[in-house]
Amino acid sequence: MATFKKKGGNRTPAISTASLPDIVFMLLFFFMVATTMKEVDLKVRTSLPEATEIKKLEDKANVSYIYVGPPQKKYWAKLGKEPLIQLNDQFAELNDIAPFIEGERELRDPSNVPKMTTALKADSETKMGIITDIKQELRKVNALKLNYTTRQKNE
Amino acid sequence: MARRPLQEINAGSMADIAFLLLIFFLVTTTMDTNKGMMRQLPPIVPPEEIKDTDVRERDVFVVLINRADQLLVEGSRMEISELREKTKEFFDNPTNNPNLSDRKSKEIEFFGTVDVSKGVVSLQNDRGTSYDKYIAVQNELVAAVNELRNDLSKRKFGKPFDDLDEPQQDAVQKYYPLAISEAEPKTYSK
Repeated sequence: MATFKKKGGNRTPAISTASLPDIVFMLLFFFMVATTMKEVDLKVRTSLPEATEIKKLEDKANVSYIYVGPPQKKYWAKLGKEPLIQLNDQFAELNDIAPFIEGERELRDPSNVPKMTTALKADSETKMGIITDIKQELRKVNALKLNYTTRQKNE
Repeated sequence: MARRPLQEINAGSMADIAFLLLIFFLVTTTMDTNKGMMRQLPPIVPPEEIKDTDVRERDVFVVLINRADQLLVEGSRMEISELREKTKEFFDNPTNNPNLSDRKSKEIEFFGTVDVSKGVVSLQNDRGTSYDKYIAVQNELVAAVNELRNDLSKRKFGKPFDDLDEPQQDAVQKYYPLAISEAEPKTYSK
């Protein structure tokens, strides 16, 4: 009757972690497929507007990106909160756009230049003034294919 | 030589390696949206080459957006929810309303000689219009044309526009061209 349980005699067995790598690999593959490498370090906030009639941007090699939006919080003290343009990794002015597009063209094969598209990633709260100015700059350098990058809206 | 039983490789650290990779991908990648509305900008025309085009008033569907994001369509206030239907009606003009777009006959593959709308949408915005509204209006206009194209494809070929092959798509696009003209920017407000 007076029996002492042997120490550790009836413990639940340790949970097997053998399938943990599989689960993590599954997550890893999901992220590898669903995401893309960061092209630039975003210095402006671009919460994109929503639209329904959108097409996927094919041929990503021939796309140059222009970001427009209010600067991130850490730049507020220096630059204010008004929307700014970002090209590559830095803030830019309107008249930097033409040299930027020319530079992008020089990087590409000449046969691909007509296929080049400019993707405008602008914050939805931006005013049209700056957008119109950018459009005018693009027209001046004859970069006429423009993509207003938007998110998919669920109807 | 005595054969030792093969020892099992310890896979415990596999999870750590996988986590390391996972975190690397989480940090260096973004859920990038690479979708958007494709638009073609008009080339810049030197002022001396600008000609008066003979577009009649009834063929122009004027959409104005002011700085308070309000819409003025063909001279009257409109909510954005009505814009799509109105645009479709303008291009289609089923009742031959003399205030809506006129037609001209045009030879199109698959369709033969058909009457195609001469309508053009003229979109003008203020510098103070929000980008959000501008995209929403563009979206409605494109949606209107896409719906017309889809209806036509279903009537003619029995399937939606996206499932047609390229010559058929071209024909439908010629039937309903996406004619949105954006005015040269004017400054109303700073």
